[in-house]
Amino acid sequence: MTVPAPYHLALSAVLFTLGMVGVLVRRSALVVFMSIEVMLNAVNLAFVTFARLRGVVDGQLLVFFVLVVAAVEVVIGLAIIVDVFRAMETVDVDDVDLLRG
Amino acid sequence: MSTADLVLVGPELVLTIAAVVVLLQDAWATGGVLEPQTPRPAAVWGSLAAVGLALVWDVGGRRWGPAFGGMYVRDQFTMIADLAALAAAGLGILLSSAYLPRVRLPAGEYHALLLLATVGAMVMAASGSLITLFLGLEILSFSLYVLAAIARRSRRSLEAGLKYLLLGAFATAFFAYGIALIFGATGSIDLREIGAARPSRLLGAGIALLTVGLAFEGALVPFHAWAPDVYEGAPLPVTAFMSVVAKVGAFAGLLRVFPLALAHLAGVWGPMLAAIAVVTMILGNLAALFQTNLKRLLAYSGIAHAGYLMIGVAAGGPAGTWSVLFYLLVYVAMNLGAFGVLLLLARQGMEADRVEDLAGLSGRAPWAAAALVLFLVSLAGLPLTAGFIAKLYLFRAALGAHQPVPALVGVLTSVVSVYYYLRVASAALSGGAPQAVAVLRNRLVGAALVLATAGVLWLGLFPAGFTAAVQQAARQAAAAVR
Repeated sequence: MTVPAPYHLALSAVLFTLGMVGVLVRRSALVVFMSIEVMLNAVNLAFVTFARLRGVVDGQLLVFFVLVVAAVEVVIGLAIIVDVFRAMETVDVDDVDLLRG
Repeated sequence: MSTADLVLVGPELVLTIAAVVVLLQDAWATGGVLEPQTPRPAAVWGSLAAVGLALVWDVGGRRWGPAFGGMYVRDQFTMIADLAALAAAGLGILLSSAYLPRVRLPAGEYHALLLLATVGAMVMAASGSLITLFLGLEILSFSLYVLAAIARRSRRSLEAGLKYLLLGAFATAFFAYGIALIFGATGSIDLREIGAARPSRLLGAGIALLTVGLAFEGALVPFHAWAPDVYEGAPLPVTAFMSVVAKVGAFAGLLRVFPLALAHLAGVWGPMLAAIAVVTMILGNLAALFQTNLKRLLAYSGIAHAGYLMIGVAAGGPAGTWSVLFYLLVYVAMNLGAFGVLLLLARQGMEADRVEDLAGLSGRAPWAAAALVLFLVSLAGLPLTAGFIAKLYLFRAALGAHQPVPALVGVLTSVVSVYYYLRVASAALSGGAPQAVAVLRNRLVGAALVLATAGVLWLGLFPAGFTAAVQQAARQAAAAVR
């Protein structure tokens, strides 16, 4: 028995929304970053579901591109967050506020 | 993948290889020292040579056509957008040559990332499918995140990088979800096939999410909040380069999606994009009135100009397309020129980024002051300059598409913008020079200013040749997606 596609799409939408709420609510740069990864994985789920639904392989292909982009984002993001922590001893986005105007 | 495909992506290929070579050569020469005390001419000249070669290949190549199964398209539209991106890269390299050794920024990384960001903008301009657009956007923005944070000792630079990264990655997620919905609605990611698909609610939602990602990169309201902070915190040459290259990429992408691929739905997206344009122009110009920091002032001015560019995208059709392409060329020259003059100044070894730091510039460096006034007058869009003609084309495109409101708001906000641009210009022309501010002499920065001045004068006084080129580019690109 297979689970019908609308459920996958609903799960994808729920995950995306959870990630979005996480970005807006949490204050630690690391958790914000993790929430963005959840959003990107929700995108992947949608791609795979649509690819199955439509019988087109393009959607599966796109997942690999999104995965690579997410991996690069982690590498760059963690490097910047580590540098920020070294300089300011905090990764709380509310405390990083020299630039205001 | 065939040889013909590789010839078509030649300009991008040259820059990518050069980026890797510059990075490795610099690491080899410095032994991995991150903060070299001496200037690194090899990185500067190497990347300049790569930009020159890509420029010759781009303009002189004259080979058009799709590559990689239609995912990449090289046509005259791509050529003009690449010209703008490569001009930004060339001027960006020249302008930063004095700043980098003075502040001890890593030259290899800086030049490699600058070249890669240019590649990203060029790939976006050449996108025939949403994958290409996505990858181009990511190559562009990842390079810019790192460039914004490249001054690792400066808390402001790190904060700029962190903010840009978090908000940019957030916008990327929306962009990717938009692609997923469009794929679900049409079963394709090819821009031509999406354009031919039946409109549906799912497609509309996907396109709205796609717009979020592009509007973020172009700093359009309401996705502009990052711009003032990131512009202020990033090192000055990075701010200068970023302010133009991100706009080239974002608006080339917007043109590929809206006026070119989705031309038959112009009645649906036209009014929405026009509303974004109106809000962006009003907010950008009003906020710029109250700025005392030059980087923040130019950030809000950049938001305002994104609004002007959006008028053309919203107007759509060939007229809207070519007026945006023309505006991008003009914007690269005048905005990088204005930043270039600021790069000639140093306040006690730091950036001179306050309006009052410019005081007395006309007495100490008359040519630089004259160039600054020219760039500011052009940014304000006063007659006889390139900025005036470029705005005129945009407003005319809006009237031709029966959108009088954005054109009217554009004219009114341009009048407002005269005030803050001329406030900066009058600071440069009057008063005694502050003791703390030194005027640097540097041949490469001077050369960049001469080139930018020549660009603004040429585009302003003899626009006919460029106008014909961009008109033909818009017609060819529109015919190819029919």
